[in-house]
Formats: sequence, C-alpha cells, structure tokens
Amino acid sequence: MLEYFLQHILSFSIWLPIAFGVAVLFTANDNKPCVTRWLALAGSIASFLVTIPLYTHFNFADGGFQFQERFLWIASFSINYHLGADGLAVPLILLTSFTTVIVVMSAWEVIEKRVAQYMASFLIMSGLMIGVFSALDAIFYYVFWEAMLIPMFLVIGIWGGPNRVYATVKFFLYTLLGSLLMLVAFIYMYHQTGSFAITDYYQMPMPLNVQVLIFLAFFAAFAVKIPMWPVHTWLPDAHVEAPTGGSVVLAAIALKLGGYSFLRFAMPIAPDAAHYLSGFMIALSLIAIVYIALVALVQKDMKKLIAYSSISHMGFVTLGFFIFNNLGLEGAIVQMISHGFISAAMFLCVGVLYDRVHSRQIESYGGVANTMPVFAAFVVLFAMANSGLPGTSGFVGEFMVILGAIQVNFWYAFLASFTLIFGAAYTLWMVKRVFYGEVANENVAALKDLNKREFLILAILATLVLALGIYPQPLTDMTNATVNQLLSHLSHSKLPAGF
Amino acid sequence: MENIRYDLITALPEIILLGMAMLVLIADLFLKQSNRIAIYGLSQIALLVAAYFTFTTHAPGVGYAFTGAFVDDTMADILKLMIYLGTSLIFVYTRQYIQLRDMFRGEFYALVLFSVVGMMIMVSGQNMLTLYIGLELLSLSLYALVALDRDNARATEAAMKYFVLGALASGMLLYGMSMIYGMTGSLNLAEINHALMTAEKTHSVLILGLVFIVAGLAFKLGAVPFQMWVPDVYEGSPTAITMLISSVPKLAAFAFVIRLLAQGLQTMAVDWQQMLLIMAVLSIIIGNVTAIAQTNLKRMLAYSTISHIGFVLFGLMSASINGFASALFYIASYVLMTLAGFGIILLLSRKGFEADKLDDLKGLNQRSPWTAFLMLIVMFSMAGIPPTLGFYAKFTVLQAALQAGFLWLVVFAVLMAVIGAFYYLRVIKLMYFDEPVDHHPIQAPAEMRVVLSANAIALLFLGLMPQGLMSLCAYAIVRSLS
Repeated sequence: MLEYFLQHILSFSIWLPIAFGVAVLFTANDNKPCVTRWLALAGSIASFLVTIPLYTHFNFADGGFQFQERFLWIASFSINYHLGADGLAVPLILLTSFTTVIVVMSAWEVIEKRVAQYMASFLIMSGLMIGVFSALDAIFYYVFWEAMLIPMFLVIGIWGGPNRVYATVKFFLYTLLGSLLMLVAFIYMYHQTGSFAITDYYQMPMPLNVQVLIFLAFFAAFAVKIPMWPVHTWLPDAHVEAPTGGSVVLAAIALKLGGYSFLRFAMPIAPDAAHYLSGFMIALSLIAIVYIALVALVQKDMKKLIAYSSISHMGFVTLGFFIFNNLGLEGAIVQMISHGFISAAMFLCVGVLYDRVHSRQIESYGGVANTMPVFAAFVVLFAMANSGLPGTSGFVGEFMVILGAIQVNFWYAFLASFTLIFGAAYTLWMVKRVFYGEVANENVAALKDLNKREFLILAILATLVLALGIYPQPLTDMTNATVNQLLSHLSHSKLPAGF
Repeated sequence: MENIRYDLITALPEIILLGMAMLVLIADLFLKQSNRIAIYGLSQIALLVAAYFTFTTHAPGVGYAFTGAFVDDTMADILKLMIYLGTSLIFVYTRQYIQLRDMFRGEFYALVLFSVVGMMIMVSGQNMLTLYIGLELLSLSLYALVALDRDNARATEAAMKYFVLGALASGMLLYGMSMIYGMTGSLNLAEINHALMTAEKTHSVLILGLVFIVAGLAFKLGAVPFQMWVPDVYEGSPTAITMLISSVPKLAAFAFVIRLLAQGLQTMAVDWQQMLLIMAVLSIIIGNVTAIAQTNLKRMLAYSTISHIGFVLFGLMSASINGFASALFYIASYVLMTLAGFGIILLLSRKGFEADKLDDLKGLNQRSPWTAFLMLIVMFSMAGIPPTLGFYAKFTVLQAALQAGFLWLVVFAVLMAVIGAFYYLRVIKLMYFDEPVDHHPIQAPAEMRVVLSANAIALLFLGLMPQGLMSLCAYAIVRSLS
C-alpha cells in the first residue's frame, strides 16, 4: 500500500487537490458556505500532507529525477504521461501545496459570493501548478502550464477589484502569447528528435542560431511569467485587481513557474544560447532590480508597491541563473522559496487591512500600529524580511546571489546590492506611513486587531520566514545535487561537431 | 447483373436514407400537428439505419461502384458516420426551437435528410459530376432551409444572398471542371490523375481550371476572399439552420477538397498549395480580427468559423498524409465544438427571443452555473486552450505545417490565435464577470440538456484523451490515400 503510494506520489499530489476541487463545486450553496469551506480546507490539508513524503523520502545524493511515473498517453505523437521531481521541483511543489492551505484559510469569511467556485478554483489550480513542476514531457507540461490560466482568469475576473476585466484579460493574453511561441519550439524539437521527452531535448545537439531562436521562444513564455522587465506590465494590474488569494498564488507560485521553467527548459536545452545571451539576461535582471525598485518607491497603492517589489526580487532570481555558478543558482532557488513566503505574507497583510477599510491606498491609513499592535508587529517582521534583513529568509537568497555575482563581475554585484537600500526604502517607508504616526482617521481608529484565523496564518508564515533565514540548510541540501548536475550540463556545449 | 448488385450494395446507405427521406415527406401528409413528433422519431431512425448499413458494409479495401463514379472507402465511411452523428445531434437540439417557431413540419426533416444524402454523395464522389451533384443536392436543400421561416424577412434575405452567391460558386466550380475535362479528357478523378502525370502542368488552361476549382471550393468552405456570404447567412438564418450550415456540411466539404485536390489533382499540388496558403493566412487574419468587432453572437461565430477554416487549410496545404489527417481531426473537432456552441444558443432561446446577442449571455453563471460551464468549455476549446479538444486540433495542424517547413507561418498562426482568444474570452467575461439582465428560467427538454452536456463534456474528455479520435482520423486518411 505504502509502496504503491510512493510510486505514484506525484500523481496523487496533482490529482488529489483537483478531485477535491471538483467535489467542492458540488457543494455550491452560498446560504450554507460552511460545508464548502470545511471541505476545501480538508482538501487542501490532505493535498499538503500527500506531498510531505516527497521531502522525507527524497534521496539527497541524487541530482536526477525521482518518484518517476511514465506511461504512454497519446501514441500518435508519442506523448507520455511522464512525471518526476528533482531537488529543484520538490521545494516548489511543497511551496505550492502549502500555499493552497494558506489561501483557503485566508478566504474563510472574506469570500461570501460563490464560495464553492472560489475554493474550487484554488484547489484545481494547485494541482495544475504541481503538474507544471513535475511534468517531464513537453506537451504534458504545456497542458498544465496553459490550463492553469483558466482558473486564475476566473479568480481575478469574478472576485477582483473594479478594473478586474482589463487586468485579467491582459494577464491571460500576455501569458498565452508567450506560451504559444514555446509550443512552436516544442513542435520544432519534436520533428528533430521524434520525441516530446524533455530529457531527449537535453541531449539534442543544435547549432547556435537554432539554439538562440529556441531560447528566445522560451524566453517569450517564461520572461512574461516571471515577469522580467520590460514584459512585466501585466503583473501590477493583475495583482492590484486580484482578490487576496489570487495575489498570493500569483506572487508565491505563479511567478516561480517562470523561474523554474528557465532551469528546466530554456537553459539546459539551449545552453550555448544561454551563455551567448547571458549578458542580455543579466542586463534585464539588473534593470528589474534597480529600476523597478525605484518604481516601487513612488507607488501610492500598497498592492502595486508589493507587486513591483516582487518583480524586483525576481530580478535576483534571473540574475542568479545567468551568472552560472553554484552560489548564484542556489541563491536564486532559495530566493524563489523565500519570496514565496514573504510575498504571500505581504499580500495577506494588505488583505487584512483591505477587508476592514476597503482601501489599498497608503494615504487612507496612518497610525494603524496604535489600533492593531499585534498586526503591526507581524508587518514589521515581513517588511524587514522583504528588505533583506539578516536572520530572515529574504537575506539568504539575495546574499548568496550577490556573492555569486562578485565572482563573475564586481559591477553586477555592486548594482544588485542597491536593492538592499532601495528595498528597505520602499518597504519601510510604506510601513512608516501606514502604521506609525498619529491615528489618521476614524476608519483607522475603529480597526480591530487580528482575529484568531488571521493570527494563525501570519504566525505560520512568520515562523517559516525566520526558520529559513536562520537555518536554510534543509533547502540547500535538497537542491545541491541538482544544482551541481545542472551546472555541469550547462558547461558542456551542445553545438554539433564542426561548429 | 452482378455488377448492378454490387453497385447498389455499395451505395446502400445513400439509397436507404433517400427512401426514408421520401417516407418522411409522405408520412407528413397524413399526420396531425399533435402527432408530428413521429416525424422526428422517424428521421432519427433513418439516420440510425443508415449508420447501421454504413457500418456493416464497411470493407477494409476501396470499393468502386457505378463504373468508378462512386467510391466506398474508409474515409467515406468514417466521415458518413460523423455526419449521421452530427445530424442526429442537430435534430435533438433544434426540436424545441422549431416547435416554438412554427417550423416543426415534415419539410424541415425531409430537407435536412436530403442535404445529408447530398453530403454523403460528396463524401463518396469519385467523378467530378458525382461530386457536383452531391454538392448541389446539399446546397439546394440548405437554401430552402434558410428560407423555411417564410414570414421572416431577414431569413428570406439571407436565403437569397446565399442562393445567388452559392450559384455563382457552383458555376465557377463547374467552369473549372470543364477546363480540366478539356485538358485530360475525363471526369473520373483517378483517370484525371493518371492523365496529369504525363501532361505539361504549366499549361494555362489547366492552371486556370485549377484556379476556378479552388475558388469554388473556397466559396463553399467560406475561406477568405470568398467569405462574404458567411456572416450574413449565419446571422440571418434561424439559429437551428445556422447550426446545420456551420457544422456537418464542413465534413462533406473537407471530403470534397480531398477528393478533388488530393486525389484528382494531386500532381498539381505545388500550385494549389500556394493558393491554399494565401487563403489560409487571409482567413485567419480576417476571421480573427473582424470577430472582435461583433456584437451578435452568431455573427461572431461566423467569423470564428472563417478563422477555423483557415486553420484547416493550414493542414490541407501541407499536402501530406500527416497534414490531411490533422485537417480531418481539426474539422471533426470543429464540428463537435460548433454543435455544442449553437446548442447552447438554442438552449437559451425561447419563444420570441433568440439569445443571439452577446449581451444575452450576461451573468449566465448566476442564472445557470452548469450551462455557463458548458459554454466555458466550448469557448476555451475554440480558443485552443488545453485541456480541451480545440488545443489538440490546433496542435496537430500546426505540427503538420511545421513538418512541411512553414515555420514562420506557424509562428504567424499562433500570434493570430492570441487575437482569437480575445473574443472567446469576452464571451466568458460576459457569462462570469457581469451581472445578469435576463432572469427568465431556462426551459428545455431533458434529452436536449443531457445530450448537450455530453457534447460539451466530450470536448473536455477528448482534450484529456485525444488518442482515439486522432487514430480514427489518421486511419481514415491512411487507408484511403496511400
């Protein structure tokens, strides 16, 4: 029994939340939302528990794919149902299933309209995103990658803010455009190799011009998702209009789909192009880190500010990828996980205020710390983490990437380290304006501090942020073998003989 | 004597269906309006019987009848079965609609069955005249069907437009056929193919004949620049007839193209490939861009059809077994999507209300979450988003075009698909993000609800398990063309 479960653990991780999502849909009754809520919570917790053995049964010495499952799915094009997870995928899968629990809890009394559809969307999305992280067949991966857009489109469009239609259509079309170019690249490689298996693509020699085109096709898909400057403009819109849960999933997981996919597809499939274009990628990353941080500084809307902060932090991730050393790559992965916790927490904090006052504008607040002291303490902790204070998880990833960058070029590191200043500036300035000073108006005076549910959610996240900041080793142990294997793969040219 | 017997057996499904259609006409004379439901049952039985004989007379080989003018091969049988299934669905979906609009008469069922016979002859035609007769039987039935609601001025106008332009297209087709006949001395496709192997293919009469034939085909398919009739006819016809025009005849038109171009004029592939390419590109651009500006749902679906036809042409112009199989897969998927899409419009219609405006879908998720969900599947399938059947339809066509070396055209097509996604998303936006303005309860017979649900869910199911349909299409093409 246990043996069977462990052999199919990835399938369970994908399909269990989806099955619960469908079940939740059948409990739709807005007059009695309790059944729906408890079922959704049970489903998300069960789905999280199912993913735990991915960590406990993980072979830390093996950098390859573990927990593999494979059978023929579409024979006409030899497309396989092929799953597997390595040291890069497992942390992200755990992050996904964990975040879903948080999202379901955060929606508890907040969502009153069409509760079942809301909860089901997030459960189904969770399964689909785990599918993206664990699919080893290009088309199988692509199906999850695109299918994930559907629930997100609905979440932003149904439960979002006033300008939600614009935001959600922009999000959908932007992402679709990039993805379709990636699909063309997949089909091209299929005609070259006769297979959609990612591992076959890893071995496939290609001349540089082909590699560059393929890399750019992947770039179109992943850069939009991460998002990198200058294709980031959908993100602030989507974040601002999305309901809290949507923002949390977008920031904590959806952005990582892009980062993960760079490491899974673009770089190992076209390593020479990755080296060839690394200057370009680093330039875009540095622009994101510095310029977007400055943009964040002038935002008046809290969610928009955090959205820009996300783009800036994701710049570190791509910087870490394209300096091609161990520190940079591991730092980037740590940064992805840490940003998952911190951005989720930041958006939840904005959600706490929004639920009470129904405003996201910084100027609507002031002196919140006087009426919500416990909440203020949490926010200050997360703000510190967001600006990269040592002892929090935000510091570890950024510091590793900066150290990695110094080995390559002093000026990369110099520019990147600006974020420690700017990040602190925009985050802490926002905290100062919202939480300190005199009580600004009667809305703020009437605020009630966190209830038990909110306290629990934020306490869990705070613990994780501190734990990862003080003792990141469990994570780096997990990624170490995979990172080494990836770097050695990247150091070998795939150009055909004679070039 | 033996020969005649063989001929008759080969064409047995057509003969039986024709007889049943006559029977429907006669039975209709003796039935009171309250008993007219029997006609509906009889028509369904007619399709079932035809399906039975198509299935039982199926042989793995290729059988020629009537001195080579008629062929019974795997592609023909599979396409015929698809046509029966589609027509049967149309009968189920349209019953309430035509009852409420005083069109529930024997003529409707007889004409639809005649058009089905026309399609079957097109599918099985192996001689230019056979093909033409099949096409005319189909077209004339459709013209009459569009005008069936006599007092409806818009429908009559649409019928007129359809008839005039359709007759023009038939004329062009016939003109092209006569030129080919003049050059090759035969109307039989196999003989034409044989004669062309040695002929000088740059001869201007041959090329001109080909141009006329392709133009006529494009007219019937509704490909740009011969698409003008499509939106007007779609919008003007009663929705039940629009559903018929937009769905199953496309299967027959596909067979028509395959018979003429891939079997008869195969050796001129280089020439017609270029023509199809231009039409494919233009159809995808015009179809997708113009659809954005529409406020009428039927008109929007008309432009969407034009863009779908563009994708089908993408598969056809690859001029390979892979390409033809993918085009067949695309068109089969398209028919299934269109039937479900129009089925939902029919479901939302009621007496005196057509539900053909985009705004009529507003807030559907609050009126009926299940119907909205079905439409959601249809729309995402048309947009080609996985996990729906529409994704694999686009995927197979694109991979065939890429295999044929049209890399940049494929990139262009996917960019256009993004534009296409916009107007499908708008439908979903109206259903899910807007508040309802119409609060009438949705009334429909139980069998329609069940079949419609099964149809839409099939799009999702086939999106997860597309192998069966893919194999079927590939089998049909491989058996008949190689």
